[in-house]
Amino acid sequence: MASKADSPARVRCAILGSGNIGTDLMAKLLRSRVLELQAMAGIESASAGLARAAEAGIATYSNGIDGLLALNPLPEIVFDATSAQAHRAHAPRLRAARIIAIDLTPAALGEYVVPAVNLDERLDAVNLNLVTCGGQATIPIIAAVNRVAPVEYAEIVATIASASAGPGTRQNIDEFTQTTARGLERLGGARRGKAIIVLNPAEPPIIMRDTVYACFDAGAPHEEIAASISRMVHEIQAYVPGYRLRTEPLFDGDQVTVMLEVEGVGDFLPRYSGNLDIMTAAAVRVGEEVARKLRDTQPEPHPDAGESV
Amino acid sequence: MSVGLRICDVSLRDGSHVVRHQFTIEQVVSIGCGLEAAGVHMVEVSHGDGLGGSSLQYGLSRTDELRLIAAARSVLSHAKLAVLLLPGIGTRADLKAARELGADVVRVATHCTEADIAQQHIGLARELGMQVAGFLMMAHMTSPQKLASQARLMESYGAHAVYVTDSAGALTIDGARDRVRALRDALQCEVGFHGHNNLSLAVANTLVAIEEGATWIDAAVRGFGAGAGNTATEVLAAVLDRMGRNPGLDVFKLMDVAEDLVPPIMQKPAIIDRAALTLGYCGVYSSFLRHAERAAERFGADVREILAEVGRRGAVGGQEDMIIEVAFELSQRRSSPG
Repeated sequence: MASKADSPARVRCAILGSGNIGTDLMAKLLRSRVLELQAMAGIESASAGLARAAEAGIATYSNGIDGLLALNPLPEIVFDATSAQAHRAHAPRLRAARIIAIDLTPAALGEYVVPAVNLDERLDAVNLNLVTCGGQATIPIIAAVNRVAPVEYAEIVATIASASAGPGTRQNIDEFTQTTARGLERLGGARRGKAIIVLNPAEPPIIMRDTVYACFDAGAPHEEIAASISRMVHEIQAYVPGYRLRTEPLFDGDQVTVMLEVEGVGDFLPRYSGNLDIMTAAAVRVGEEVARKLRDTQPEPHPDAGESV
Repeated sequence: MSVGLRICDVSLRDGSHVVRHQFTIEQVVSIGCGLEAAGVHMVEVSHGDGLGGSSLQYGLSRTDELRLIAAARSVLSHAKLAVLLLPGIGTRADLKAARELGADVVRVATHCTEADIAQQHIGLARELGMQVAGFLMMAHMTSPQKLASQARLMESYGAHAVYVTDSAGALTIDGARDRVRALRDALQCEVGFHGHNNLSLAVANTLVAIEEGATWIDAAVRGFGAGAGNTATEVLAAVLDRMGRNPGLDVFKLMDVAEDLVPPIMQKPAIIDRAALTLGYCGVYSSFLRHAERAAERFGADVREILAEVGRRGAVGGQEDMIIEVAFELSQRRSSPG
């Protein structure tokens, strides 16, 4: 048993992708007491993200995944913050190297994970996918309703600042709506899900906002649903501090409307881009839990480590 | 100016907002037949918010829009069948389904500064052999120059035409003229204009757009569209005929559709009441009107105050949820002292 005072060695991890998301993720991982950020790899040596990583004392590579796979020792976890297309190429190589992939792209190859909903069930997966920003923000609300009253239909509308929607999102907007809708069904438990995304160009940029509609079984008690939502919001706030409801849940018969907003902590990305912050925050949360699980099952060598359980 | 005008009647799409998306197959067949006989070039049929728009956010369709599209297809021969698609709401899968049912034309709509989210959808429409127009909504919210650069993007993706879409009915005559001119100067492809009558300028703006070279022209018979309605097709036809520019429309037949077929379906006439005027005056998306009316009732708030506040917050098309939030906040403010 690892003693509490003497914290075990941190789990080695690396970031693939040196864009805005990778850079914001770096800032969060550098604070982790469970994960040790070993390296960041991009594909452009002149990338500002790699320069920032180097400044922070992190090893950097401009040859992408090859750089990470040449590390000795290898990272145990790799966060992929590239693109869906790139992740499709990375996933089999990471798997072959027995590295756990935490995927922030919309590739949706691995198991969908939303920390407040199903992280415990997915800790053994070799590829964990974070669905979408809208999914991270809204699936927990549907799950919170669904654990009280089965949800027949879930619909979410994510409105994000134009300035926080990168080219990846813009060119693949159908992937956002389709992946989020699937997440509402698979993780949220809704029988049918639908997702809509709206980009708003207002200046100054608006904070990410989401509206969640849930149609639930007739006659379910509104107070219990509201209490379940409130508990869920607290659980999310443990890893996304800027996550909050804009109004109390609004009930209309057997339908509830929940309006929420997500403000980022402003690590690297501006605070309005809560859509990006919730992804990097969820990634770190997933990474830390996976790391704890790895240490539990493969304890670091310790002089007194007997087999006493 | 060698290209002729094409009139697209949008009543079976924009009018969907007015009837809260409750169109039936019989209604689509009735109006579709009338428009076909009157010589309209295109008839648009979709949920008011485009393919896939049936939702709690915008209103659930009474009849699956694909069934309405199929019904329209069965009565249109000369007229092309058009559909609307807003990326972020509808998907390429929805477009394929509409194409399989015989849609000839798609208008791919984005907010006026967000053209790049339409690239895949315009590209797919071209692959499917469709006519495609880009639809830059809420065109009053950006400058003519910026609008033109967004229009160039849509052209580069393959659009055959790009519209100045006055979704809020907020453009004054100079505003419409400057935007159409900027697009005309910037594009090789055709230019379109879509107006709403919230400031009573729909016909005037349409005429100035035509003067500046717009050739894809939207209108709705009896103004059957959101807010105070669209440019009325029968009125536009009469005016164009008087000007010697009638592109083949039968003015009397359009009047008959407007007077005999549409009113029983439309429920409430397209008039510039204070709420509709507020849309144009405050630059608010026209289809917010019915949602704001309902929210005003639900939360005991004033419909004009809701619309004005939504406009102040810079809401764009698709943000109907903001109406509920604003109405709720206004009702809270009213009930709290001070």
